[in-house]
Order: sequence, then C-alpha cells, then structure tokens
Amino acid sequence: MTKEEFTKMKQELEAEYLAIFKKTVAMHEVFLCRVAAHPILRKDLNFHVFLEYNQDLSVRGKNKKEKLEDFFKNMVKSADGVIVSGVKDVDDFFEHERTFLLEYHNRVKDASAKSDRMTRSHKSAADDYNRIGSSLYALGTQDSTDICKFFLKVSELFDKTRKIEARVSADEDLKLSDLLKYYLRESQAAKDLLYRRSRALVDYENANKALDKARAKNKDVLQAETSQQLCCQKFERISESAKQELIDFKTRRVAAFRKNLVELAELELKHAKGNLQLLQNCLAVLNGDT
Amino acid sequence: MAAEREPPPLGDVKPTDFEELEDGEDLFTSTVSTLESSPSSPEPASLPAEDISANSNGSKPVEVMLDDDREDLFAEATEEVSLDSPEREPIVSSEPSPAVTPVTPTALIAPRIESKSISAPVIFDRSREEIEEEANGDIFDIEIGVSDPEKVGDGMNAYMAYRVTTKTSLSMFSKSEFSVKRRFSDFLGLHSKLASKYLHVGYIVPPAPEKSIVGMTKVKVGKEDSSSTEFVEKRRAALERYLQRTVKHPTLLQDPDLRQFLESSELPRAVNTQALSGAGILRMVNKAADAVNKMTIKMNESDAWFEEKQQQFENLDQQLRKLHASVEALVCHRKELSANTAAFAKSAAMLGNSEDHTALSRALSQLAEVEEKIDQLHQEQAFADFYMFSELLSDYIRLIAAVKGVFDHRMKCWQKWEDAQITLLKKRETEAKMMVANKPDKIQQAKNEIREWEAKVQQGERDFEQISKTIRKEVGRFEKERVKDFKSVIIKYLESLVQTQQQLIKYWEAFLPEAKAIA
Repeated sequence: MTKEEFTKMKQELEAEYLAIFKKTVAMHEVFLCRVAAHPILRKDLNFHVFLEYNQDLSVRGKNKKEKLEDFFKNMVKSADGVIVSGVKDVDDFFEHERTFLLEYHNRVKDASAKSDRMTRSHKSAADDYNRIGSSLYALGTQDSTDICKFFLKVSELFDKTRKIEARVSADEDLKLSDLLKYYLRESQAAKDLLYRRSRALVDYENANKALDKARAKNKDVLQAETSQQLCCQKFERISESAKQELIDFKTRRVAAFRKNLVELAELELKHAKGNLQLLQNCLAVLNGDT
Repeated sequence: MAAEREPPPLGDVKPTDFEELEDGEDLFTSTVSTLESSPSSPEPASLPAEDISANSNGSKPVEVMLDDDREDLFAEATEEVSLDSPEREPIVSSEPSPAVTPVTPTALIAPRIESKSISAPVIFDRSREEIEEEANGDIFDIEIGVSDPEKVGDGMNAYMAYRVTTKTSLSMFSKSEFSVKRRFSDFLGLHSKLASKYLHVGYIVPPAPEKSIVGMTKVKVGKEDSSSTEFVEKRRAALERYLQRTVKHPTLLQDPDLRQFLESSELPRAVNTQALSGAGILRMVNKAADAVNKMTIKMNESDAWFEEKQQQFENLDQQLRKLHASVEALVCHRKELSANTAAFAKSAAMLGNSEDHTALSRALSQLAEVEEKIDQLHQEQAFADFYMFSELLSDYIRLIAAVKGVFDHRMKCWQKWEDAQITLLKKRETEAKMMVANKPDKIQQAKNEIREWEAKVQQGERDFEQISKTIRKEVGRFEKERVKDFKSVIIKYLESLVQTQQQLIKYWEAFLPEAKAIA
C-alpha cells in the first residue's frame, strides 16, 4: 500500500470511529436524561451513585446463569402476554393505548429497519466515491496529457464530496435511525408496562373470583379478602402510574421527534449546501482551465 | 490543437483555425489541380502542401474568419472530393492551409519529444492530414441521432429497429436531413466492413456495441418489464455514441459504406455478423490464430515511440477498468439507496398515520413525501452516473482494445516485411548456387523470383512505413478526442451532481418549517 493510500485509510478509520463514538455518546446521554427527568427514578440511589462516584464502578456483566434465567423469564412473559392480552379492559384510556401501542410499535419497527437499510446504502455509495477518487488520482498521475490536472482536480473533489456524503449518512443514522430505534424500545417498554398492568388486572379479577368462591364455601375468607385487597391496591397503583407514564411517553415522544427531525433537516441542508459549494467551485476551476 | 502549428504570436486557438482556412481559400484551386493530376501516390501531393506553406506563411496576416467563408471553403473542398476515389479523398479534402512545417512537425496536443525524430515525408503528410481533420473538426457539420426503438416481427425472429436520423450540411450527402431504419446487425455489419477496410492500414475504427444474447432474448420474448426497456435504452444510447464517434473520424466519414448506411433505405442484411454463422466461426478461428501469433512474433522495435505508446495504453486500460468497476458499484449502490429510500418513505407514511398527535403525524407524512422525492432524485442520479460516466468508461475500454488491435496489425505488417526479406535472401542464395552449378534455365527462374521478391520487400517496407505513419496520426487524434470526451462528459456529470444537491436543498428547506411546527 502506498503512503497516500495508508494515510487515506487512516483518516477514513478515524472518521468512522468518531461517527460511532458520537452515536454511542448520544444514546447514553438520552438514556441518562430520561432517567433524570423521571420524578421517581431520579431519586433512585443507584442513579445517584452512578452520577457521583468518581472512581471506577466495578459493574459485573451477567454471567451465564443469569443470562439463562433472563431467557426463560422472557419466554414465560411472552406466553403470558398472549394469554393476558385476551382480557378486555374496562378503562377506555388503556384500551385505546393498547391498540395504539401495538400498531405504533410494529410500524416503528418497520420504519427503523428501513431507515437502517437506507443509511447503510448511503454509506456504501459514499465509500464508492472514495474508490473512484483514488482511481481518478491514479489516472491523473499516470497520464501525460493535460487531462492529468483535470483528473487530479476531480479526484480531489470526489475525496471531499465523499467526506460530506459519509457525514450525511452518519447524521441520518444518528438523527433518524437512532431515534426510531430508541422509540422502538420505548414502545416495547410501554407495551411491557401495559402487560404488567393487565397482569395485575387479571390477578385482581382472579382474586375477586377466589373471594367469591371462598365466601360461597365460607372457608379461608379472610385470606381471600386480604389477597383481594392487595391485588386491588396493586392494580389501582399500577393503573395510576401507568396512565401518567403513558401520557409522559406521548409528550416525550413528540418532543424527541420534533428535536430530531428539526436537527435532521438542518444537518441535511448544511451538508447539501456544503456539497453544492464544493461542486460549484470545482466546476468553476475546471471550466476555467479548459 | 492548432497552437503547435502556429508561430507563438498567435496564442488563441479559434481565430487561428479560421485564419488558416481563410488562407487556404486562395490557394485551394491550385492545390487541387496538382493533386488530381497525380492520383497514384500520396508523396507528390505532399509537395504542393509544402509550396502552399511557403506561400501562406507570407499571407498569414489575413484574419477575420466569417462563418459564410468557412462554409464556402468546405463546400469547395467536398465538391472536389467526390471526383476522386475513396483512398484519395482524405488527401484531397484537406485544406491546404499553411502546414507551418518549419515550426513543430507533429501537432499533437501535448508536444512530444519523440516527434522530432520523424523523417521528412511524414511531416508533410501528417500536417496535411491534421489540417484536414482540424478543418473537419471546425466545420464538423453532421449530427446523428438514434431514436425510436420499435419491435418488428414476433417471437424469436423479432428484432428492434432503430431510426437513424442524420442532419448535415456536407454536400457529399444528397439531402440535408434524412433518416433510415436500421437494426442492430446492420450496425455490426457496418463495423465489420469498416474494420476490414481500415484496421489493417492502421486506422482506429470505433468498436460497435456488444451483442447480448440474454438482453435480446428478453426483448424478443416480449417481456415488457423495466429491465428490457432499460436494455433497449442502453443499446440505443450506445448505438448513437458509436455512430457519432465513427463520423467524427475524417477518413471513415468519407467511406461509401458509411454513406450507404446512413442514406439508403434498404440495406442488404448483414448475415455474417451472427455469432454462429460461417463468418462468425471464421472470425473466432482468426482471433485464436492471432493470439498465438502475437506470442510468437518478436519484433525489433526501432521506434521507441511505439513501445512507449503501447505501454501507456496498457496502463490506461488497467486504470480505466478499475475506475469502471468502481463507477458500476456506485450505480448499483445508488439504485439500492433509491429503493431503500422509497421503502422508508412508505414506512414513515404509515407511522405518521398511526401517530395520534396531529402535528407530529403531519410532520411525519411530510417527511415521507420528502423522502419519496429524494428517492426519485437518487434514481435520476443513478441514471446519470450510468449513462454519462460508466458508459463513457466502457466505450473507452473497448476503444483501447481497438487501438491495441491496430498496434498488432503493425506488428503483423512488420512480420510480413521481415518474411519477405528472408525469402529474398534465400532466393539470392539459390541464385548464387545456380550460378556455381551453371544451370542457365534455373538461373533465369531464380532471377525472376528475386525480382518478384525484391518488389515484395519494397512493398512490405512501404506498407510498414505507411501503417506506422497512420498509427501515429491516429493515436494523436485519439488522444485529442479522448481528452475532449473525458473533459466534457465529466463536466456534464458534475453538473448533474450539482443539480441533485440543489434539489436536495429545496426539499429539505421545505420540510424544515414543518418539523419546527410540531408543537
């Protein structure tokens, strides 16, 4: 590999690393801001320790046993979810939210996948620009007619344009794809919340039925009563917080989309203008030469 | 291009061209008569050019070229042309403009060092030819278009007929605007005729577009899908470029076969362009034989220019292939990008529908629309990528193959000459032996044979010189054309990129207020 190719590759890798770094940092920031904005979670001790402890937090990753446990828990949950989703909800609000979330989640999943594919193609097109630039450079240095200057200039243009195109693709990835991915997971979390609530509702209804049965048989009535009380409390608590959370979810969603879409449009504009400037400059020079 | 042939004070290219032609006008008649009187060889023709150069050097100050003058001048030239045989045409049609031989003999774009080593006769020929081609280039008045592909016939015997329209003011054509219907095998037939006439004397004949069995079968079967329409469009554009390149060549333009192709409404079907015909198989056998010969011929290259040029073309070929591969990848990825953007647009629209916050829902639908428009943009850009950049590169890769073929012909010519010389030597030895053995009848026979072979050696040498001369001129022309072509196409391509960016800006600027309006 020649020295130029080597420096070029080094720059490329650096740019890529920077893009990935920016992306990861943004994701972490969003996560922490979210936790901090939540009225209850922000008071969590773990969170405080995370933010304040200025030495190394030795966090242990999940070992095999825990991973297996997680896997089984997921299986059980999804099976249960199917059973529970059959129950019709009394509350209109939650019923509406459930249908909405289901549809929304699916569509966000679709949009997120398509957006990923789009940014990936964009990136491969930008990479092609890079190769074209180096081929043109080789042509320029090897040619002996006056077209060599022409080729070198166009090769330079392609290099610069490629950087811009790569940045466009990275920004699209950052603002659009990541947004959609985040809301994919958020909507999944909201669905999980609804599931928990439905689970509580089912438990409550079961407890009611058990209490009725106990009353009819007239044994263990006290036990049934206390468990019914507990279920009732749990259900009401979860309904209240769920309502609040879902409303928050909506406001947050709207705000996040607005912020990201505005930033996306602004960045696209900035890059397109930069690209245009570059192309026009190059054309002016080339037309001036010929 | 004319710069090298003009003395330094005349810097600008355009005026000098006209100026030369202006000069030529006065002296043309005298030249023509001299040329006509000696139709046999090009050598005498070079002398008048020399005379003219001497004269016109004095009449240089004549300036101010008017368009009408130019047309008249050329009209004169073409009239004379029609009286002569095809081979003479290139010589006669040339403007006897000041050859300016005292300055730089080889008027190529970039002054080459090797040019100084050229022998005297070559200088005159070349300058004359160059003037002719330059004159043709300035008064180049023939426009060819290939359009309206339509399917003729049905089933496996179906074919696509293309309309070839010619607009010209050259008087060698009977009308100024005419069109004919041609099919693909007609184009191939034209190319094979031109190749058989001109390749072995060293002219670079532009190669015709390639056959494609898969593509044509799809069209024949009648599949009206986008890939077959794309194929037809690709072929139409390739045929147009092929014809345009062929008529740009001054020598080929004069060829009667080309004229017949452009003008006559009925053309004999070129059957031997079919791959499986007798001629086709013969071609394949010849190609194989050529390949073997190339490996066995060891030529003593006396002229470094040729060796250098061959090396250059090898390098150029490799570079162009690499570049072509990258551009094809770009076309592919851009098409992918366009498809993915369209898919995303639909998905975003659905998302907008299911979103219950009205402002956000509207913004998402707007985003979907923007992305759809951008997808269109990407598709158009992909077309531009392909038709401008990628096709240019593949054309040139094929052209360079033709150039290499021409160099190979020169080698074959040298081989023939060498063989003739060797045979002559053998014949001389035989004669000597006969002299010693004292067999009078055999001696006479030997003498006859020697005379015959001497003539062949001379012819071989002449042929070799001629082909070398022609190749130098052709390569010079090729280089010029290449530079011009590449520059103009790349600039057009960059302009298409500029357009895309401008459109992008428009779309995103329209979207931004929508995004900001999300409450």
